[in-house]
Amino acid sequence: MSTLQASHPFQAFPARPWPGLARALRRVAAGGAALLLPALLLVVWQVAVERHWVSAQILPPPSRVLETFGELWASGDLWFQLSISLQRVLIGSLIGGALGLLLGLAMGLSRQAEAYLLPLFQALSQVPVLGWIPLLMMLVGIDEALKYLVIAKAVLVPLTLNTFSGIRSIPPSYLEVARVYRLGLLLRLRRVILPAVLPSIFTGVRFALTKGWIALVTVELLASSEGIGYLMVDGRQMFQLDLVIVAMLVIGLVGLVLDQGLALVETRLQRWQRQAF
Amino acid sequence: MSEATRKRPDLRGWVVPGVLLLLWWLATAQEWVDTRLVASPAAVLEEAWQAAASGELWQGLAASLGRNLSGFALGSLAGLAFGGLLGLSRLAERLVGPTFHALKQIALFAWIPLLSAWFGFGEPAKVAFIALAVFYPVALNSFEGIRATRHELLEVARVLGLTPAQRLLRLVLPSAAPAIFTGLHLGLIYAWLATLGAEYFFSAGPGIGNTMIDGREHFEMDQVIYGLLVVGSVGLLLNRLAAWIEARALAWRTGGR
Repeated sequence: MSTLQASHPFQAFPARPWPGLARALRRVAAGGAALLLPALLLVVWQVAVERHWVSAQILPPPSRVLETFGELWASGDLWFQLSISLQRVLIGSLIGGALGLLLGLAMGLSRQAEAYLLPLFQALSQVPVLGWIPLLMMLVGIDEALKYLVIAKAVLVPLTLNTFSGIRSIPPSYLEVARVYRLGLLLRLRRVILPAVLPSIFTGVRFALTKGWIALVTVELLASSEGIGYLMVDGRQMFQLDLVIVAMLVIGLVGLVLDQGLALVETRLQRWQRQAF
Repeated sequence: MSEATRKRPDLRGWVVPGVLLLLWWLATAQEWVDTRLVASPAAVLEEAWQAAASGELWQGLAASLGRNLSGFALGSLAGLAFGGLLGLSRLAERLVGPTFHALKQIALFAWIPLLSAWFGFGEPAKVAFIALAVFYPVALNSFEGIRATRHELLEVARVLGLTPAQRLLRLVLPSAAPAIFTGLHLGLIYAWLATLGAEYFFSAGPGIGNTMIDGREHFEMDQVIYGLLVVGSVGLLLNRLAAWIEARALAWRTGGR
């Protein structure tokens, strides 16, 4: 956008009248363009199924997907499965988050802890969550404990790393001031370190929850008899792809809400930080 | 810390893994745990040795790496083309971009049931899934890399009267190269993850992921842990390889002028 203005040779000329109107129109046009392709796809999709170019079994028409969504919503089934999934993410994230925070703080505050723990941590975090699942299944079975552990592992890594690097990037001058004032560890934590790493921790929380949600979907696909991931497995087994697509959309939507919601809180938090210093 | 001590490798990182390994060994050797269920370190080594000697390891690795690379090739080519199109054409970005960003929100593994309905449970489904996993990071990074070409440079190109093809080859691609390589690097990591996932979820066949799943089904923990070690090492190697290629390919940016 700015290229057009910057390369315009006659910058001094008065701007177009009604700049606000022009901008609003442009925004409407952009929104229209964004919706054009999905709308077109949906129409082609619907028509293709109605004309029997593709089988409705392979590609259930949008109207059918919408209908299924309505039914699941009305029966409360969607909420039921989603609440189970969300509860799992919450518990797993609390476990993994608490551990990650502690680990990150320990490694950030103590060079000794870093030297002992960081190499192992890095080696273990290289192996994706997915690789751990078969072993965890053997150790704890396929019940709730498995889901909590998998989510906790997914959440732990980004939170640890963000807390750790957040502490390491605190300007040394802050710590020097704290030393000059001879602040004890607790005061130093509360007055200097925590306020300075909070934004970085929060970014970690945002990443972590997104990762946790993805891990939940994975583990529910592999081993579960409830939850939004199970809804997909069930739909697939009965070859009800409308159910599968509804579940996919819900998964995407929850991921988006988690990410965007936390991003919003994050900007608020950063504003507070800028004002505070 | 003096220069001399800094040069010496830091051994403290080995302490915790060593203690854990010792505990594991003690627990199985002293039969604190049921050794029929929990494999000992020796059993894992034995399993790994046998798999390597019988060729089972290499067969599984070859199968996994083969589908990993074909999926990576497909996905990265598609991602480069798509990201390039979006980066070079504002119209394409306005039309397709929002849909792309929206679909990106769907967790990768959530595609599996649908892919299995469309492509079956065999090799095509696995490769398609890996390609999808690679497509997103490559497309996104090439798009952002191309879009970040500096305006001053584009203006110079316009002043010099470069043709669009010259502009692309001399200016846009070199300036987007680091971002594109970041995308490819991420894509390679995702591809390995997706290979593992594809082998778990789709039909049985040769592959390191299948080795682990089989091990779990027959409750052979030595096989599962050995599989885990192989998966971790391959992931690490792929990562190192990508970093090395990236550094080589981008060397002209920092040196050699």
